[in-house]
Amino acid sequence: MNSHRSQKLAFFCLLLATLLVVIPVGMVVVIIVQKGLPGISWEFLTDVPRKGMRAGGIYPAIIGTLYLVTGAIVFALPIGLLAAIYLSEYSRDNFLTRVIRLAIVNLSGVPSVVYGLFGLALFVVFFNFGASILAGSLTLGIMILPIVITTSREALESVPEAFREVSLSLGASKWQTIRHVVLPNAIPGILTGTILGLGRAAGETAPILFTVAAFYLPQLPSSIFDQAMALPYHLYVISTQVPNVDEKIRYGTAFVLLAMVLFMNLLATIIRSRLRKNKRW
Amino acid sequence: MAAIEVKNLDFWYGSFQALIKVNACFAKNKITAVIGPSGCGKSTMLRVFNRMNDLIDGVRMAGEVIIDGRNILDAKADLVPLRKSVGMVFQRPNPFPLSVYENIVFGPRVHGGDTSRDALDQIVEESLKSVLLWDELKDKLKRPALNLSLEQKQRLCIARLIAVRPEVLLMDEPCSTLDPQGTARVEDLMRELKHDYSIVIVTHNMQQAARVSDDTGFMLLGEMVEFGPTSEIFTMPRDQRTEDYVTGRYG
Ligand SMILES: Nc1ncnc2c1ncn2[C@@H]1O[C@H](COP(=O)(O)OP(=O)(O)OP(=O)(O)O)[C@@H](O)[C@H]1O
Ligand SMILES: [Mg+2]
Repeated sequence: MNSHRSQKLAFFCLLLATLLVVIPVGMVVVIIVQKGLPGISWEFLTDVPRKGMRAGGIYPAIIGTLYLVTGAIVFALPIGLLAAIYLSEYSRDNFLTRVIRLAIVNLSGVPSVVYGLFGLALFVVFFNFGASILAGSLTLGIMILPIVITTSREALESVPEAFREVSLSLGASKWQTIRHVVLPNAIPGILTGTILGLGRAAGETAPILFTVAAFYLPQLPSSIFDQAMALPYHLYVISTQVPNVDEKIRYGTAFVLLAMVLFMNLLATIIRSRLRKNKRW
Repeated sequence: MAAIEVKNLDFWYGSFQALIKVNACFAKNKITAVIGPSGCGKSTMLRVFNRMNDLIDGVRMAGEVIIDGRNILDAKADLVPLRKSVGMVFQRPNPFPLSVYENIVFGPRVHGGDTSRDALDQIVEESLKSVLLWDELKDKLKRPALNLSLEQKQRLCIARLIAVRPEVLLMDEPCSTLDPQGTARVEDLMRELKHDYSIVIVTHNMQQAARVSDDTGFMLLGEMVEFGPTSEIFTMPRDQRTEDYVTGRYG
């Protein structure tokens, strides 16, 4: 085979592989938009579920998911960021920090249902928070910690060494250098990671299953110790646990969830590309 | 008067000795050039003077470096005031990705003191004037510093340093990325600055050393071979190795 033919063949295989990846993703989006969009209305977004969740809207589930995601980030961002600062700026490369780094990488591979059980044991039972927004947020927060730490660390480490050197050479202390030079230049990257973590937290069912999610709760939660409905679990319930739910409602719910997650990923992508554009050092 | 007095300075990167019993005396309000072939330890010595080498793992030093009557190699030496009074200009112009204004006020902000708007405005004006950039940039203070020309960036870096009010300026090949006109203007600037500061400049360019410096030190393989008035080093060196180098017989 001459090199021209093999080049063409390789090109064809690569194209095929790419299409194979893109087609299912595209089809998911198309199907959910096609079947879900007709179910979307102002009422669907702002009303509580009615008639055993066979009518009405999904307002409590949307609000519940927003609460959970907010709670998760309030918990995960400060802790994750501080850990990332410690790991990338302060810790020396020794056995302990290598173990910590390895642990963080592995944590992101733990199945989400394991986080759910962990949250049940620690927050619901041991700390006695009960099934509550607090317990669910903390569980989701722990689940996304590895994402926040890893992306923050990458963002911090991508700040050029020259900036740190100049800052120190001007007499700034190590902490001032981090605070005034490293962090401001790493913020876009940190935000990107945080938003990706949020998207993950919004979409997961297993971690909230035992820690917060209510099967049916037609009013909004009034404190962080209340249970709440959440979109992914609601979708699971109306798809498998309640018979005869209209397809419009099921796909409408899926559409809202997908739109939320895709919107966050889009936001992350925009921030990242703007960062690349501004990054000319 | 000496700005920096170096006595029997040894320096190791791990087991590699980069400086061997260096002795030198850098005079106040003068420009001292340090010349020598690549890898002879010029940058290493410069970075001892503001202890920037401390950032590297496994370095070790011995001897004395006396600045303002204190041995800065002392384990108890406080690095923040040292780096405030001994500032460094790097080879590649490296402004922060901030505005011209924010670059200059970075040091004063970090060091506290009077950070009112008026005080900072005045520092910016003074610093830019002393690097002869004020007329060019006074209407562009909010512009990103990264949009400046290379030479303007390097001057801005010097202004940023001057805003901290140091006593010594260490310059490690500050003109190596500039074109001949830019180099000439930065050299003029150095001649202006030496009235207020003591300057140590590392350079590969022997014409530059001959043009701007009052004293010159010649280094080879970690040793300070010869140190003295520039005119003597270039016209009647005492050491054969110096003569070989300044007449271009080294690689
Ligand atoms: N971080 C380091 N670790 C180990 N060795 C180093 C390190 N930095 C420099 N060296 C070595 O120390 C010696 C002196 O280096 P230095 O950078 O001071 O030379 P220089 O005279 O500034 O050279 P140049 O003219 O190329 O800038 C060199 O042999 C170099 O390889
Ligand atoms: Mg050098």
